[in-house]
Amino acid sequence: MRRVVIIGYGMAGARLADEIRRRDKEISITVIGDEKHAAYNRVLLSTVVAGTMTPDSVLLHDEEWAHDHGIELRLGEPVTRIDREKRTVSLGAEDIPYDALVLATGSRPWVPPTEGLLDPDGVMAPGVVAFRSLDDCERIVDRAQPGMPVAVLGGGLLGIEAARGLAGRGCLVTVVHPVGHLMERQLDPGAGRVLARTLTDLGIEFRLNVFASKYLAGDGLALSDGTHVPAELVVVSAGVRAETSLADAAGLTVDRGVVVDDALRTSDPRIHAIGDCAQHPGTVSGLVQPAWDQAAVLADRLTGAAPGSRYKGTSVITRLKARDVDLAALGDVHVDVDCPESEVLCFQDPARGRYAKLVLREDKVAGAILIGAPDAAATITQLYDRGQPAPTDRLALLLGRALPSEAASPADLPASAVVCRCNTVSKGQIVSAWRAGAESVGAIAEVTRATTGCGGCKDAVCGLVDWLAASQPQSA
Amino acid sequence: MSLTGHQVVPGPGGLCQKGWTSAELLRTPGRLTTPLINQETATWDEALQHIADKIKGYEPDQVAVFGGGGLTNEKAYLLGKFARVALKTSQIDYNGRFCMSSAAAAGNRAFGLDRGMPFPLEDLQNADTVLLAGSNPAETMPPFLQHVKNANLIVVDPRRTATAEMATLHLQPAPGTDLALALGLLHTAFIDNRIDKSYIAERTKGFDAAWRVAAAWWPERVERVTGVSVADQRAAVELLKGNAYILSGRGTEQHASGTDTVSAWINLALALGLPGRKGSGYGCLTGQGNGQGGREHGQKADQLPGYRKIDDPKAREHIKRVWGVDDLPGPGRSAYELLDALGDDIKVLLVFGSNPVVSAPRAAHITEKIKSLDLLVVADFVLSETAALADVVLPVTQWAEENGTMTNLEGRILLRRKALDAPEGVRSDLELLNGLATKLGQPAERFPTTPEEVFAELRRASEGGAADYSGVTYERLKTEKLYWPVPSEDHPGTPRMFEDGFAHEDGLARFVPVDHKGPAEPPDDEFPLQATTGRVLQHYQSGAQTRRVPELNKAVPEVFVEVHPDTAARNGLAHGELTNVVSRRGTMTARVRCVASMRPDAVFLPFHFPGDGRANLLTNPALDPTSRMPEFKVCAVRLEQA
Repeated sequence: MRRVVIIGYGMAGARLADEIRRRDKEISITVIGDEKHAAYNRVLLSTVVAGTMTPDSVLLHDEEWAHDHGIELRLGEPVTRIDREKRTVSLGAEDIPYDALVLATGSRPWVPPTEGLLDPDGVMAPGVVAFRSLDDCERIVDRAQPGMPVAVLGGGLLGIEAARGLAGRGCLVTVVHPVGHLMERQLDPGAGRVLARTLTDLGIEFRLNVFASKYLAGDGLALSDGTHVPAELVVVSAGVRAETSLADAAGLTVDRGVVVDDALRTSDPRIHAIGDCAQHPGTVSGLVQPAWDQAAVLADRLTGAAPGSRYKGTSVITRLKARDVDLAALGDVHVDVDCPESEVLCFQDPARGRYAKLVLREDKVAGAILIGAPDAAATITQLYDRGQPAPTDRLALLLGRALPSEAASPADLPASAVVCRCNTVSKGQIVSAWRAGAESVGAIAEVTRATTGCGGCKDAVCGLVDWLAASQPQSA
Repeated sequence: MSLTGHQVVPGPGGLCQKGWTSAELLRTPGRLTTPLINQETATWDEALQHIADKIKGYEPDQVAVFGGGGLTNEKAYLLGKFARVALKTSQIDYNGRFCMSSAAAAGNRAFGLDRGMPFPLEDLQNADTVLLAGSNPAETMPPFLQHVKNANLIVVDPRRTATAEMATLHLQPAPGTDLALALGLLHTAFIDNRIDKSYIAERTKGFDAAWRVAAAWWPERVERVTGVSVADQRAAVELLKGNAYILSGRGTEQHASGTDTVSAWINLALALGLPGRKGSGYGCLTGQGNGQGGREHGQKADQLPGYRKIDDPKAREHIKRVWGVDDLPGPGRSAYELLDALGDDIKVLLVFGSNPVVSAPRAAHITEKIKSLDLLVVADFVLSETAALADVVLPVTQWAEENGTMTNLEGRILLRRKALDAPEGVRSDLELLNGLATKLGQPAERFPTTPEEVFAELRRASEGGAADYSGVTYERLKTEKLYWPVPSEDHPGTPRMFEDGFAHEDGLARFVPVDHKGPAEPPDDEFPLQATTGRVLQHYQSGAQTRRVPELNKAVPEVFVEVHPDTAARNGLAHGELTNVVSRRGTMTARVRCVASMRPDAVFLPFHFPGDGRANLLTNPALDPTSRMPEFKVCAVRLEQA
């Protein structure tokens, strides 16, 4: 029986185990995780910080999962080494053999070189917490109190989600971001400004274009421009680095992550990598969708369910998960409105927290930023994902849904317009019935059956009767 | 005879155009009044003898019966008995499999029992909010809307239907993504602290496992898959408070994942604490005239009368006793599988109250299968498309010409009384079954010919079953509103179920962990559009009846395809032109109707039309693993110049 060993019990590793088991009830699966608890849904960590979810409710599996699915689960022990010759991984004193090995080791937070954030032994100083793991979130939730000044290092997607969650708990949040606008990977400066303004209205302060030079526990952060941000808690969300130490030590090809091909193979074809630790040209790391897509492809291959399955990349759509802020960004957005190669639409309404930019090429969505335009965000992400041409009515597309038509006056309706759908009665038939003497709604119902179905057209028929009566010359 | 307005439907009353014109059918010029053998007139005796002689040459399971959800309870019951006792075949199923079987399966697994609506329709009048998942009653059941006119209406439909137009909130998911939407609403209800924790603890089991799945459907992911905005998901959950109902229809059920999709809606209802509580609940809107009763009395492959399971030894013993037989066949094939076996394992088919040439998925293939039979017998009152292929056609009575009971969407048993005599030459289905059974050597008394006698036997057969009719009599039905179960003649019936507990042994409802898989046939470069099918107000089912009513036919004379104007233009088509709609299974021709509210990636086709206009030439027979429901509601197509 083939033995698959998965190192890493995060979103990628857990998903892969599920996907393999769904395809193959027999194959031996071992999952090794260095955290003590079950895999959890990292996407929902910001909701834990915001307090709308408990740590328990974001767990991906219950305690019986491994037993119920015939999976060997080893928690709380780190893999110390991979022996590619003998095809084993070392777990303490034990060597676990594999036929196929999968690295799903994820990533670790990057800590900026701010003096004092790390203790001399390399661990976070008191009052400093990364925003990365479920344990981190529990630490943040334990510390954060209403009215407490909190600094968030990093104005990227996750930093903003953490900031929004903390502000929702009543903390006084300041975001320190070394670039001139927020989420610069996904947003253009105009959108960054609208986002900052919206978040400012929700009580979050921003210090842009500066970095933190020094941290003093219990006091706060000294910034590079000489100013100071008070903080009793510093949340670090300044980016992540792929966790590649095992791959490095095993001599696999590693760049920013473990390099994989479309079959998700590393430079050793018996070893695969998926998720944040992997580097594939078709996607960026840090998001769950690529990891899940990769898990499906790899499960197809490892079980032989679809040996020809290939990972072709994942189109990335960034969706901020922060209450009262609706933001979607996708594709190529760093394009000017007058760029000749693209059709670019832009709508800005900073006062109401709205910003919409749409980049079209050959009639298809090439990029978009949508803030405060929830319907448009839903429609445009679907067009992008499905590669469909954009509707010719671009304005309606930016608005997200067609405007409701104005209620027409009975006079404006054409005679053929159906008034009573249940009985297919047109305005013309009602007018004829009226002229023939049916001058009340009841009489019209008798003659034409209008209003006798769902009754929804009663108002319309009343309107017609009134209009017909009013159009009659007054008898003296 | 003609109809005048009267208290004819549950609640405040009202009729749509089909109702008003239903008397037209009684005098339709196409009325069959004589049996046909090979399309030549024959006497009843000749026809029945011909059938009986032929059947005798086959093994029991080579002979199959296909019934209909429009048959009365008495006919459905006797048809099941006829199949299992006179033909001794396990091969009986019916078009209700194409209707609400997914909702029935999901209801059974959640509540231990399936009654479309476990509460009276009038209860909806006090609802604060009603969510309709995949139902368009403004066209399919207009009088229903009177019950919900004061409620906030949430309509889940890929199309902006007439019902969606009336809605407080219209959620417009991509075709085949309802399950993801339901999971997302559960997720949002959870994070917005809207779930009813004490109800979940006291009245249900299995929430944690269902939540683990829903936890992976955060609103932004749901938006990406369904196209329903995060804001609208929140708004829906916000509306689903107070007295709320979640009702499912065919749009959400007729999928290869239909049972799971309904389970996802039920999970949401359970999480919100709705079912089994006065003033709120979950229900399924039944599609056919007797869609509820039709599924309770044994014309379904896996069931015996009283909503009993055919593989339950106790149920079998009871029915054997009532029928006075020593043996009963076991479960047979489901509807599509049965039709797909025609000409191969099955050589003879008897069709009652159904028109599969138009209504079955992958209709061209099924039509070929039907043509490959040694013997096709169709009982109908007009020459439907299926009857036109039959070796023997038997002219039977229709609605106003006979007594009989129907069980409506709320589990209420209605007595439909005879109003006029049938034309000369026509026999009732009961007489037909009696005649054929006796020619097959059965004692005549085993197949009574009057509805009331059959009903009396149905009462005994259903006694002790889930759908217990033993306390129902024609006399009581003349004055009382009776909802099943009615276990004795002094029992008042059961308008509201589950208030004291669900039908599982421990009284608890079950959450079922279900996940979204998406349509069986996703769109691709070759077939880039998704077709969805449905009804128009003026027509019913395969249209065999309504297309014969001039007034209805004038209103909607031919098949059309609703297309977004951009999609039409990109395919070089204009409003009013003919187009070929092509899927992997076939091509049909329809007139283009440009509708600006359509999703540009979807088209809509009504399924009531024959020949080249059959929407089901396109549909995908991928089956739900539990309910065996085919995937009528979504398949991949392209448009071509006609």
